[in-house]
Amino acid sequence: MKIVVLVKQVPDTWAEKRLDPDTLTVDRASVDGLINEMDEFAVEEALQLAEKHGGEVTVVCMGPEGATDAYKKALQMGVDKAVFLTDPALAGSDAVGTSYALAQVLGTLEYDLVILGSEASDARTSIVPALLAERLGLPQLTFASKVEVDGTSIKINRQTDYGHDVVEAGLPAVVSVVEKINEPRYPSFKGIMAAKKKPVQTLDAAAAAIDTARVGAVGSWSKVLDATVTPPRSKGTIVTDEGSGGVELADFLATKKFV
Amino acid sequence: MAEILVLVDHADGAVKKVTLELLTKARELGTPAAVFIGSGYDEAKDKLAEYGAAKVYVAQDPELTGYVVAPKAELLAKLIAEAQPAAVLVPATAEGKEVAGRLAIKTDSGVITDAGDLRLDGDRLVAEQSIFGGSSIVHSAVTTGTPIITMRPNSTPPAAAPAAAERVEVSVELSDAAKLAKVVNRVVVPKGDRPELTEAAVVISGGRGVGSAENFSVIEALADQLGAAVGASRAAVDSGWYPHQSQVGQTGKTVSPQLYIAAGISGAIQHRAGMQTSKTIVAVNKDPEAPIFELVDYGVVGDLFKVIPQLTEEIAKRK
Ligand SMILES: Cc1cc2nc3c(=O)[nH]c(=O)nc-3n(C[C@H](O)[C@H](O)[C@H](O)COP(=O)(O)OP(=O)(O)OC[C@H]3O[C@@H](n4cnc5c(N)ncnc54)[C@H](O)[C@@H]3O)c2cc1C
Ligand SMILES: Nc1ncnc2c1ncn2[C@@H]1O[C@H](COP(=O)(O)O)[C@@H](O)[C@H]1O
Repeated sequence: MKIVVLVKQVPDTWAEKRLDPDTLTVDRASVDGLINEMDEFAVEEALQLAEKHGGEVTVVCMGPEGATDAYKKALQMGVDKAVFLTDPALAGSDAVGTSYALAQVLGTLEYDLVILGSEASDARTSIVPALLAERLGLPQLTFASKVEVDGTSIKINRQTDYGHDVVEAGLPAVVSVVEKINEPRYPSFKGIMAAKKKPVQTLDAAAAAIDTARVGAVGSWSKVLDATVTPPRSKGTIVTDEGSGGVELADFLATKKFV
Repeated sequence: MAEILVLVDHADGAVKKVTLELLTKARELGTPAAVFIGSGYDEAKDKLAEYGAAKVYVAQDPELTGYVVAPKAELLAKLIAEAQPAAVLVPATAEGKEVAGRLAIKTDSGVITDAGDLRLDGDRLVAEQSIFGGSSIVHSAVTTGTPIITMRPNSTPPAAAPAAAERVEVSVELSDAAKLAKVVNRVVVPKGDRPELTEAAVVISGGRGVGSAENFSVIEALADQLGAAVGASRAAVDSGWYPHQSQVGQTGKTVSPQLYIAAGISGAIQHRAGMQTSKTIVAVNKDPEAPIFELVDYGVVGDLFKVIPQLTEEIAKRK
């Protein structure tokens, strides 16, 4: 089975994130980048499926030049090879543009299954997997908390607001996973060493047959007009419970008219 | 005035509050036309009329809900072509966003996710989004096609304004591509009488500090005094103490209530991502260094098993 797993490099979740005042896009230069946490669950699921059914896993990442930590982490975890799409023309793409670019990269690859995380921690749109399914004309198996592959068919539990749906489809398919699905492995020392020798193919827009009029800030169908930093929350009152903490809390809630 | 399509969020006709919020917002922008997909319309129609739906497009073909997301996007795409609405408003739930995204591609339109507000600037729709956990406010607009906007629950106070809710039956011949991911079973976890997490004015969440499923009764007792919904951290959900639909955070629900009380929750970044925009935040945690205290309006350093029951009792007394 050939599996492609898509990972995104994001600013460190604990770092202060901000928008670049000139480009109105996420300022990626000022913070350390790393693999989007949720995508480690996607990588883990891909590796487990390949271990169970045999096959090969390719990681695909689209990002600015030098944003190599995310796919390297996937290689260290055990993915076989990487495709890195990077081109200045892609900067500032919205989810619609990103899904087009990723679909074009997938067009250069063979696969039975595409696995993504269910949400990137920076923009938090969580729609790229659905957009990709739409573009590729493949079954959308998103928010999976469980995946089972049997020959050419696949069954997942789709986490929903009310519980879950059991969903069935044929391969190839697009899957996104939630963090309930597995426990991502840590790269071993051997894995880290081996990753250095694994093949990495770097593509620019032209190599993936991407029409640059459809991506980047120019090609996006939505536009950020302005961004303002909100003043930080004013520091709250912190008290230590000396036996009447609950009553004092009730007093506070009463001042806010909740009680 | 042009129509503003509002995709109705409902469970077998029980209309979710976010739908009423979207109808309220749509009235400022044009003529609200609700789109009701699935079964239970008879139960829904009065609510939709009460909150200002001039028209309701009703699509009851069971095939529309028998496959993941794609059929709903196909139906909406057909309605866009026929009704030429000025915008489409969709609740920013996990599924709503997916519907909106696929619809955007089908209709060559831009999509904006998680808007907190929407206003008309001339004839352009400007969406307001709160990003990076509320630390920045962004205004954005769709530049191509029909603006497709997903709006966060709890961002517009719903206000009634009765309208005709003229019923218009609609259907669509689904493409094969829309029928690739078949729902073979739907597992509904029974939900109690407490308010829905994303709709509630008050949310009280328990974390690892609660210690067990049984101990959640302490949280529930307070919730019932305050008419609140009960949430949970991932640690509590993963321990099996509370169902995953109650998870608040990056991979759970995003809540924005008037009051959020976190009990026995450390305040990891992934948890904050789902509650940071709450109006008033309160925490009870025995560790004075817990990061949740950076966010609070009022924090109690103490044992939740002492503080929460005392609070519950005190509220009961004051009623
Ligand atoms: C991809 C990904 C997605 C995630 N998504 C989410 C998400 O959506 N939501 C989420 O919540 N987390 C999420 N997490 C997990 C998150 O990182 C934290 O692990 C989690 O939020 C911790 O939950 P907690 O605060 O209940 O537990 P802990 O961090 O263990 O904190 C428990 C707290 O309880 C306090 N305590 C213990 N006993 C008492 C007592 N008797 N009285 C008072 N206080 C007490 C302790 O001092 C401590 O601060 C995600 C993680 C990843 C990697
Ligand atoms: N630039 C990218 N490169 C590779 N994968 C991506 C990229 N952007 C998003 N994804 C994938 O899509 C998922 C959902 O992202 P999003 O819809 O942006 O929240 C992520 O978890 C990744 O698996």
